[in-house]
Amino acid sequence: MNKPLRRVAMAMMAMIVLLLANATYVQVIRADALRNHSGNSRTLYQQYSTPRGQIIADGKLLASSEATDSERFEYKREYANGPAFAPATGYFSFVYGRGGIERAENEVLSGTADSLALNRLQRMFSGQEQQGGNVELTLNPAMQQTAYDQLADSGVRGSVVALNPQDGSILAMANSPSYDPNRLASLSSEEQQQAWNELREAPDDPLVDRATSTLYPPGSTFKLITAAAALETGKYDYNSKVTAKSSIKLPKVDAQLPNYGGATCGSMPTAPLWEAMARSCNTAFAEVAGDIGEKKLRETARSFGFGQDLDIPMGVEQSSIGDIENQAQLYQSGIGQFNVRMTPMQNAMVAAAIANDGKVMKPHLMEKTLAPDMSVLDRTDSEELGQAVSPDVAHTIRDMMIKAEQHAGDEGKISGVQIASKTGTAEHGEGKDPHGWYVAFAPAENPRIAVAAVVEDGGNVGADATGSKIAAPVARAVIRAGLQGGG
Amino acid sequence: MAATSTNPDNRETPGGPGTGKGTGAATTTPTRRGTELVLLAFAAVVVTCALTLVNLNLESQPASQILYYGLAFLALFGLAHLAVRRWAPYADPLILPLVAFLNGLGLVLIHRIDIGNAAEAERAGEPFGPAAPSQVFYTALGLVLLALVLVFVRDHRTLAKYSYTCGLVGLVALALPAVLPSMIAPNINGAKLWIKLGPLSFQPAELAKILLLIFFASFLVSKRELFTTAGRRFLGIDLPRARDLAPVLVAWAASIGIVVLERDLGTSLLFFGIVLVMIYIATERAVWIVIGLSLFAAGCLAAYSLFGHVQQRVDAWLNPMTSDSGYQLSEALFGMATGGIGGSGLGGGRPAIVPYAKNDFILAAAAEELGLLGLAALLLVYLLLTARGLRAALAVRDSFGKLLAGGLGFAMLLQVFVIAGGVTGLIPLTGLTTPFLAAGGSSLVGNYVLVGLLLRISDASRRPQQPSKPQPQQPPIAEAHTELVERPR
Repeated sequence: MNKPLRRVAMAMMAMIVLLLANATYVQVIRADALRNHSGNSRTLYQQYSTPRGQIIADGKLLASSEATDSERFEYKREYANGPAFAPATGYFSFVYGRGGIERAENEVLSGTADSLALNRLQRMFSGQEQQGGNVELTLNPAMQQTAYDQLADSGVRGSVVALNPQDGSILAMANSPSYDPNRLASLSSEEQQQAWNELREAPDDPLVDRATSTLYPPGSTFKLITAAAALETGKYDYNSKVTAKSSIKLPKVDAQLPNYGGATCGSMPTAPLWEAMARSCNTAFAEVAGDIGEKKLRETARSFGFGQDLDIPMGVEQSSIGDIENQAQLYQSGIGQFNVRMTPMQNAMVAAAIANDGKVMKPHLMEKTLAPDMSVLDRTDSEELGQAVSPDVAHTIRDMMIKAEQHAGDEGKISGVQIASKTGTAEHGEGKDPHGWYVAFAPAENPRIAVAAVVEDGGNVGADATGSKIAAPVARAVIRAGLQGGG
Repeated sequence: MAATSTNPDNRETPGGPGTGKGTGAATTTPTRRGTELVLLAFAAVVVTCALTLVNLNLESQPASQILYYGLAFLALFGLAHLAVRRWAPYADPLILPLVAFLNGLGLVLIHRIDIGNAAEAERAGEPFGPAAPSQVFYTALGLVLLALVLVFVRDHRTLAKYSYTCGLVGLVALALPAVLPSMIAPNINGAKLWIKLGPLSFQPAELAKILLLIFFASFLVSKRELFTTAGRRFLGIDLPRARDLAPVLVAWAASIGIVVLERDLGTSLLFFGIVLVMIYIATERAVWIVIGLSLFAAGCLAAYSLFGHVQQRVDAWLNPMTSDSGYQLSEALFGMATGGIGGSGLGGGRPAIVPYAKNDFILAAAAEELGLLGLAALLLVYLLLTARGLRAALAVRDSFGKLLAGGLGFAMLLQVFVIAGGVTGLIPLTGLTTPFLAAGGSSLVGNYVLVGLLLRISDASRRPQQPSKPQPQQPPIAEAHTELVERPR
C-alpha cells in the first residue's frame, strides 16, 4: 500500500500548492482591485482611523476631524456652519464618497499626497500618529456667510460668487438651497442614507453647486461682453450713437425685440452707448451685436473665459454663447438671450476682468496646502488666463457700469462706496418668472471685490422681478461684508 | 522508500523489552523526545511573541500577564509531552510541536478577534462573551483526551476489533443532530449539526469522522483481496462483488445522506473524499478515484439542481461582491487583499469585520494580519503535520495501521483544503472548522483524538520490533498480493 500512500502524499502537496497559488492571486495580483473596490469598508475605516486634515479660511475652521469613541470610526468629520460653506468644503461620506474640496484635495487631507511623504516618514519613526495635511481656502468667511444668509434667509434659489479681481482668488461662493455636510459625515450609514435620499429627492437640487455647475441665461449682464466686443473693434466708443427705439424688428423674421417695459432709451432718437448701457437698452445692444458680427462676439466671450476648462480645483461648467444660425438670433444673443448660458463663476470673472484692467485671472479656491504642523507645503500662485480687452476698453466699460449702478434700484446701497455694476433680468421660457442677475465690482476706482449674483425664477418677487430688485441687494451686502467687515 | 518495510532495526535490535530504555543504547532507535521538547519550547516562544504583538497593537492587557500565558502554554504542552514520553516514546517528534504551534496561534487569533468583537458589541450595546477562555479549556480537555488515547490504545491494531462498533456509533453520532428535536439540536445558520446540552454544545460529526475512519480502515483491510480479485470484469476493470462492496457503499451513502439532510456540505465533501482515498490506498487502483470523481461530479450536479442552498453557495462563490449571500466571502477577500504579502501585523488589521472570523473564517483573519507569508507558513505547517501522518503510514508494518494513518492524515489535510479553499474563493464555501486554529470545542477535542491516534501509529512505526514476533524474514502482507496469479476466465 506504500505506492498509493506516496501518491496521496503528492496529491496533498498539490492541494496545498493550489491553495497557495490562489492565495497569491487574491493577496497580490487581485489585491489592488479588491482594496479599491467600492464595497470594501476597510479602506473607508482606514480613512477614519487617522485624523483628516482641516479645511480653514482666514483663520476660521470650516472642516475638522474630531475623535470619537467608536472602534471602527475613530474620527468624525465636522463642519462648522456646514450649509453656508458646503459649496467649497464639499462633503465626506463613507457611503457616498466625497465632494468639493474634500474630493479635490483628498490626497492632502488624508495625508497620502506625495508632498506629505517626508512628513509621513518622520511621524512613523517618531511614533506619532499619522495625520492628514490641512488646506487653507481663499474664502472670506464673512462674505461667504453673508452671501449664504442673504439667499437662504429670503428663501430664494440662487448663487453668489465673489472674486478678488487682482489675483482671481475666490472670496465667496454660496448657493441656495444648500445642504448640511455634517449629516452626510454621520457615523451612522442609515442617517447618511436618509440625508442623501432627502437631498436627492428635494426639488431644488441642493446638492448641485450652482456657482460652478448651473448654466443660466445671463440676460442683460451679457451686454458687458457685447459692449467690450464693440469697443474692441474700434468702431465704437463711450459716446457712440446707437438706436434709442423702444422696439426694433428682428432681421428677416416677423418678430419684434422690445426694450424692457417698452421704454425708449432716453428722449432722443439715438442715445450714446453709455446711456444704452446705463438704461440696459435691448434694441441698442441687439443692433450693436448685429453690427460687429458673430465672430467678434464669440472671440471676446472666449477671451473672458467662455468655452474654457477651468478647475478651481473643482471643475467649472463651460459657459457658452450657443449656436447662432441667423442675424435674428445674433441680435438676441447680443442681449444675453437665445442660447447664451453662463455660470455665476463666469459672470463674476467678466466683472473681475473689467475691474482688473481687462486682465482675466484664473479663479482659485486654494490659498495653500499645509503640513499637519501648519508649515506651508504649497501656495497657489495667481494665474493669468489672458487679456480679455485692453485697459482702455476696460476703463470705458467701468465708467458705463458706474452709470448703470445709478440706474439700478437703491435697495441695499452702500453709502460712501462707489460700485460699478450691471443688472440683468433673464427670460427663460414662457410663463416662468425671470432670473435676476447683478454683476458688480467695488470700489469702482480701486476694485477689490468683483461679484456676480443670480436669483432664480423671480426670487420672492415673482413676475415683476428684475436683477436690481432681487439680485442687487444680495451682491451689495456681500460687497459691504468684504469692504466693511460684515454687517 | 523500500527501507521502511525492511527496516534494519527490525532485525538488528537485540532482545530488549522494546521500550528503548536502558538496554542496548547504541543500537536502539533514538526516541527523539528531546527534539520534541525543544520544538515545543520554540512553538511556545513563537506563540508568546504573537500574543505580545497583539498587545502592543491593541493594549489589551498588562505585559507581565503575557509571560504567564506563555509559561502556562508551555506547561500544558509540557504535560502532553510527558504523556507521550511515557506512553508513546517512539512517536514522531514533530507532530506535537506542530499541533502546539497551530493551537497556540489559533488562541492568539481568537483572543485578537475577541477584542475586535468586544469593541463592536460595546458600540452596539450588546452583551459579549469572549471565545478565547473556552478555547483554552477545550485545549486542555483535548490534551487530556490525547493522553487517554495513548493510555488506553496501547496498540492501534486493537481498534480493528471494534470496527463495526465504531462504524455503528459513528453513523449514529452523525445522524443524531438530524433526528433529535430542535430543542437539543438547534438549526444554526441553516445547518442542523450541533447538539446542545445546557451550556455545552458539540458537533458529533467531529467524533464520527474518526470512528468511521477506523471502521473503513478495518473493513477495507479485511476485504481488500476481494476488492481486487473477485467479482466481474467490466471494461477492463475488475469490479468487486456486490456483497463485498455493499457495506462500504451503505456506510458511504448513509454518511453522505445524513450530511445532506443536515445541510452540512463541508462534512459531506470531507467524508466522500476520505472514503474515496482510503479505497484507493487499500486497493491500489486509481480506477476507484475515477469512478468516485465521476460519482462526485454527478452528485454535485444533482445537488445543485435539487437544493436551493447549494445554488446559493455556488452563486456566492462565483459572484461574492454582488450575491446577497456572498457578503462573508467578499469581506474575507477584502481582508486578505488589505493584508497583502506582509499582512497588517497582529492587531493591526480589522479581521473582526468578517462574519464568523474566529470560526469558519479564521484563516482569512490570519491572512489579513499575517499576510500571504503567514498564510503560506500556516498551510505548510498543515502539510508538514499531515505528511508526518503519511510518513507514519508508510513506515508502520500492518495494513490496518497504514490505512488508518493514511486516512487520518489525508482527512485533516482535506479538511484544511476545503475550508481554506472556501475562505479564499478557490472552491464554493462550505462550513468546516480549521483544525486546531478555529474556535470550537468539539473540533479541537476531536482533532486531539485524531492526533493521539497518529502519535500511537507513528510510535508503532518507529518502535523497534519485538523479537518475540515470529517470521522476521517474511515480507509484509502489504506486498503479498502482487504475487497472486490472475483469475482464469
